[in-house]
Amino acid sequence: MSFINYLSREINCKIVYYGPGLCGKTTNLQYIYQKTNPEAKGKMISLATETERTLFFDFLPLALGEIRGFKTRFHLYTVPGQVFYDASRKLILKGVDGVVFCADSQIARAEANIESLENLHTNLAEQGYSLEKLPYVVQYNKRDMPGIAPVEELRALLNPRNVPDFEAVATTGIGVFETLKSVAKLVLTELRRGGG
Amino acid sequence: MSAPQMVMYEEEFNQIQTIVDRLVRDANSKVVFIIDKNGQLIAAAGDTEHLDTTSLASLTAGNIAATGGMAKLLRENEFNTQYHEGEKANIHIQLVGNRVILVVIFDNKTSLGLVRLRVKKASEELNGIFESLVRKIQDPDRETPFAEITDDDIDNLFND
Ligand SMILES: Nc1nc2c(ncn2[C@@H]2O[C@H](COP(=O)(O)OP(=O)(O)OP(=O)(O)O)[C@@H](O)[C@H]2O)c(=O)[nH]1
Ligand SMILES: [Mg+2]
Repeated sequence: MSFINYLSREINCKIVYYGPGLCGKTTNLQYIYQKTNPEAKGKMISLATETERTLFFDFLPLALGEIRGFKTRFHLYTVPGQVFYDASRKLILKGVDGVVFCADSQIARAEANIESLENLHTNLAEQGYSLEKLPYVVQYNKRDMPGIAPVEELRALLNPRNVPDFEAVATTGIGVFETLKSVAKLVLTELRRGGG
Repeated sequence: MSAPQMVMYEEEFNQIQTIVDRLVRDANSKVVFIIDKNGQLIAAAGDTEHLDTTSLASLTAGNIAATGGMAKLLRENEFNTQYHEGEKANIHIQLVGNRVILVVIFDNKTSLGLVRLRVKKASEELNGIFESLVRKIQDPDRETPFAEITDDDIDNLFND
């Protein structure tokens, strides 16, 4: 649910990074945070366990620039990927304008990816959303790891609708901004259609 | 999309700002702010200069979402009020019309009783304003500034 403020001439949108535990959602936000100018970003907030697993969410406010005199601001959130944090994931999805599904390319995580994607469908449906109608992109992360599945295989499994998808290594930043830009564009395009 | 967009216009903003400005004074509090349930800051008043209101807004919304989730599990309606007492700062969080969240931060220059009293009055007024705002937003003939944006406008955002 975007927020258009005619006074401050700002538009705010919410993007959620979803995906199985340890796939690299938090790492995506950390990289974006590191590489963004101080004046374009706010504080990054991570509600995490002592072992650095996301407990509730990560939050990063970003200013991307102006469109027609309106400042565009994106609030990036990650969900906790671990299966038992499902109640928290549902809460983070509320009011979402765009979704990034971050997959873990390792063959050993194939099942975790599928389970997480199904969980995303279920949790969106519970709130009356559907992934088909939302700005949505897919990222195949950890391309630098040994034992990864070919992209075509991941695509067939996780992206049958052929939405924009990207290979990434979140730790070094490969594909991170490409993913973000792509989903941000889709969100703004949706806004033009009068949705969001 | 199922969730309606939030839009803020000058007229309603001024009404809201008047209420939060007054609440800071009447409750003798330090800071007052209003956010929507997604954590977007709508208005703020008081000593906000040294405060990271964006972070506070997102955490407050997360907090309200979490207690709302707890309420659901208990088959309870949402918990409308939360209060956290610290050594120097206290924070009073009030859900208004199940739509926006009114946050008051105060110290020992005032009392919880006074804050509660003033929050109650402000909530009623705010509720009326947001109800009429929602009616305005749902008007199908409402103009949006984004109908005219082009692919180039969007692409230009990302040329760094
Ligand atoms: N080699 C490699 N490691 C990565 C990559 N992306 C993330 N990691 C590492 O994987 C681990 C987990 O990353 P996180 O970003 O915390 O994972 P997450 O998806 O936020 O996990 P949850 O919070 O539990 O949902 C960390 O040690 C990261 O450094 C990558 O592209 N390549
Ligand atoms: Mg994480």
